[in-house]
Amino acid sequence: MFNYYLKLGWLSLRANPLLSLLMVAAIGVGIGACMTILTVNYTMSGNPIPHKSDQLYHVQLDSWDANDPGEDGYNPPDQVTYNDAMALMNGAPGFRQVASNRSGLVLEPEGDDERPFSVDVRNTWADFFPMFDTPFLYGSGWDDTADTTREPVVVLSRELNERVFGGEDSVGRTVRMNGLNFRVVGVLDEWMVVPKFYDVTNGPFNETEEAFIPFNLAVDQELPRNGNTNCWKPPEGDGFEAFKNSECVWIQFWAELRDEQEKAAFSNWLDAYVAEQKELGRFPRPLNNRVLAVMEWMEDRQVVEDDAQVMLGLSFLFLVVCLLNTIGLLLAKFMRKTGDISVRRALGARRSDLFRQHMVEAGLIGLGGGVLGIALTWLGLRGIEVLFGEFVENLVGLDWVMMLTAVGLAIVSALVAGLYPTWRATRIMPASQLKAQ
Amino acid sequence: MQFGPIWRALMRNKTGAILIALQVAVTMAIMVNAISIIQTRAEAMARPSGIDEPNIFYISSIGFNDAFNERVAVEEDLAALRAMPGVVDALQTNSVPLSGGGWSMGLQTEPGDDMDGVGVAVYFVDDHALDTYDLELVAGEFFSPTDIEWREGSSSTWPDRTVITVAMAEALFGEDEWRSGVGKTVYINNNEPMTVTGIIDRMQAAWNGWDGVERTMLVPQRTLFGSSRYIIRAEPGLRDELMPQVEEMLAQSNKDRIVRGLRTMEETRERSYRGDASMIKLLMFTIGLLLLITALGIVGLASFSVSRRTKQIGTRRALGATRADIAGYFMSENLLISGMGVLLGAALTVGLNMWMVDAFDLDRMEVWLVPAAMGVLLVVGQLAVFGPARRASSVPPAVATRTV
Repeated sequence: MFNYYLKLGWLSLRANPLLSLLMVAAIGVGIGACMTILTVNYTMSGNPIPHKSDQLYHVQLDSWDANDPGEDGYNPPDQVTYNDAMALMNGAPGFRQVASNRSGLVLEPEGDDERPFSVDVRNTWADFFPMFDTPFLYGSGWDDTADTTREPVVVLSRELNERVFGGEDSVGRTVRMNGLNFRVVGVLDEWMVVPKFYDVTNGPFNETEEAFIPFNLAVDQELPRNGNTNCWKPPEGDGFEAFKNSECVWIQFWAELRDEQEKAAFSNWLDAYVAEQKELGRFPRPLNNRVLAVMEWMEDRQVVEDDAQVMLGLSFLFLVVCLLNTIGLLLAKFMRKTGDISVRRALGARRSDLFRQHMVEAGLIGLGGGVLGIALTWLGLRGIEVLFGEFVENLVGLDWVMMLTAVGLAIVSALVAGLYPTWRATRIMPASQLKAQ
Repeated sequence: MQFGPIWRALMRNKTGAILIALQVAVTMAIMVNAISIIQTRAEAMARPSGIDEPNIFYISSIGFNDAFNERVAVEEDLAALRAMPGVVDALQTNSVPLSGGGWSMGLQTEPGDDMDGVGVAVYFVDDHALDTYDLELVAGEFFSPTDIEWREGSSSTWPDRTVITVAMAEALFGEDEWRSGVGKTVYINNNEPMTVTGIIDRMQAAWNGWDGVERTMLVPQRTLFGSSRYIIRAEPGLRDELMPQVEEMLAQSNKDRIVRGLRTMEETRERSYRGDASMIKLLMFTIGLLLLITALGIVGLASFSVSRRTKQIGTRRALGATRADIAGYFMSENLLISGMGVLLGAALTVGLNMWMVDAFDLDRMEVWLVPAAMGVLLVVGQLAVFGPARRASSVPPAVATRTV
């Protein structure tokens, strides 16, 4: 029967191509608009590291000013001070833990003709790589002895390796940055994390860095930092030592905690640490440590832009308009077929048969709308890319989840839109219509 | 035209009318709120930065090895830049208006850790700032060459004088009292005094979304941060010609640094507001598409209703109704339906706006937008129904007799 209804539906659509096209277009445009915006939102709110996002925790300590609470009056600062980062690295009981910050160095390629260029760098620890599951093309991360010996080692991104070494296995070779010779220990494969959860402070939709070097080495050598730095009181005295010992926050701290026990132990340790610091006269504000898992942290930072959410709301209303339109057009269409319907009823078709038949027809329109919708979504995303440029580069990919969602949404929309017209169609009294013929 | 009979006829077949009215209502809610967002964005984009944007460009210089003597480099660079033909003036600074990255501090009128400060954007400049940015000094005096000091990267202390914008002076000393700020002492880092020696009319901070975007302070220091920005103001018309020359000159004159980020102020503004500009385009496109879809819906349903009433129309024509009467009937019918739609739409619009203001911290819409949108939608409805109505009016009276 289903196939027969399909055939009937197809014939009915063919019978009035302009009206059918209008309906398909209305649904398609609505779906296209919705899915374009939904895709951007979906990527923005995506889980950047799904397989272990509930084991990775962002750590915050409320070291802020007693007189002037941090963000929104109650949130602890989003980064930690150097002293706290080092205390946590040395003492906290996390399975793995990493303090890192953003930096930029100047790389001098070999050969006199090549001009030096600047490179995005992350100062970090050996645990960074296993903790965030970075994919390696060649070599690996550094041994954790390099963290303590401050050995100049570097992990390059795939792109930087291509630029400097033409893409060959460069493990063991040397790159010169800011006057220091770094030994390459590993080259990452393509590594995209969207949002870039491990450093939301310096831009949740930035690219991952081009080079990774030991944090302690960068501090020792006083290499430049270029990430966000926030101070509630000035360093006591001049010089880098004073800055290190200041209450300025500039380091992102992450811990890998495999289960509730580890998490509880870690939190307890933090509380004890803050209590101890309070005795030394630091941490003037009430105890307010935060240990948030990846997705909690994304939520807390509201990485989905307000603009995207406003657009999402508007685009769903847009879909509503398109559906109202479709309901009207379907109604017009089915009401024109009163003769057909009456004949079928008179020949013995039940109301439920007619209902199913017309729902199939509505579903067909939805399918058409969905396919058109995918095409329009693709176009819409290209449009957004052109409009917003590099800011959204990582946000405008169309994956199969979204494609299936588009078709599904279109069919469901069409069926919903078809309900009332179909119900009306099945209510037609055959006798009244047949008499007039 | 008599609305009575039209209304009663409408009531006998409500569904189509309700659908159109709903569609008009939702369209209106989206339209008005989108326009309200567009207005806010456009206003923000229209705020002047206070500097001579068309002629200013900038470039960064970053030293990367031990041989780099920043103090010497900055002095040589500035001398060379200022001597270049076509350059009006140039200076070294830490940040650029609207560029997104910069330095902020708090100033307060009384010393003390527990006093509230007013957030302010900090630009380190020298005595050439008025000329380089084309700023207007409205009170007091500007820095003299002897005021200019050097600032180390790790320095935490501040010089004894500053020049602030009118907006900052208003925030510190009161709206009408800002002129009195000249000569007064303000405190940075809670306790460190600085004297306000002058006030400039306007200069924006680096962050266009900050509510204090016009609160700016100029500090008479040249920086030794390892990387610095040169702001260069060209003579009108010479900017594009000068840019590559400046880049080449700086790249060649000192091999211990790299130069990068050559960019005009115009491009900076464009990048700064790119999100807003795109949002405006996106919303305009949405509004256009929506009006089109609603209009098509009206055309579709009106055509349907015309074709269903062909016989009725024929009868009316046979009984003496003119073509204009028939067209008028359908036009009035649409006016009634759209009228209901826009009334419902007004309520929906206000509701949606209240929700958006609440959820996204948006500005409340301007009230006049509601009647304006009602008018627009009524006109769109009339235009859309015009085609079907004309077709209806051309139904010949003979049709009435044919199928009886």
